[in-house]
Amino acid sequence: MSNKIKIGKCVISNNIRKLRFNANEMTQQTLADKTGVTRQTIVAIENEKYFPTLELAFRIAHVFNTPLDDVFVFSITAPVE
Amino acid sequence: MEGKEKQIVVTLINTLIIFGCYTFYVYTRYLANDAGLLNDNAFWGRTFLIFIPVAIVAQIVLHIIFGIINGIITREQMTDMSDERDKLIELKAIRISHWLFTFGFLLAMGSQAIGMETKVMFMTLIASGFISAIISESAKIYFYRKGV
Repeated sequence: MSNKIKIGKCVISNNIRKLRFNANEMTQQTLADKTGVTRQTIVAIENEKYFPTLELAFRIAHVFNTPLDDVFVFSITAPVE
Repeated sequence: MEGKEKQIVVTLINTLIIFGCYTFYVYTRYLANDAGLLNDNAFWGRTFLIFIPVAIVAQIVLHIIFGIINGIITREQMTDMSDERDKLIELKAIRISHWLFTFGFLLAMGSQAIGMETKVMFMTLIASGFISAIISESAKIYFYRKGV
């Protein structure tokens, strides 16, 4: 008998584009400068091609003065048997 | 194409140029006249030892030249800043490179284990080093484009 726990697939999306818009149309370069990364990394995060470390995620949330949950949205699909 | 990708493409082209030029130089200068050198361990030792500093210096010089030309054309300064994404991509590319070189090293040792000539081992080592360098840089471009 297997004790392996089946877990669903994680999906992480983000609201950075919307938050930038609400922050007086903050540019990607400004956000990059404020978080200490390159603009390309911000582009990759927005396009969900790169998932940042917890530290960078908190830095981004800190720039927008908002909780992490408002920046990144985590959802999990039902486990496949 | 973003700055980092440009630098990687330059490194890739430089690697091809440096390796090609050095191979051509060694062949025309030494091997064309005396193919027997291929079985001389001292020749291979000298070839490897000279190649390493030559390749490093040539990479640096060619990167400086590219930086100047790129600065004149685009009026943008190349940044050496690397963040967590760059480091992750670098680590993944190095891992691929190491696995490839290890595979080549095993092939080289295998050639000696089955009694092949010494030159086969050295050629396999050179080829695996070259291929791992090319694949490593190509992998970086892939990770920058497709995500990591």
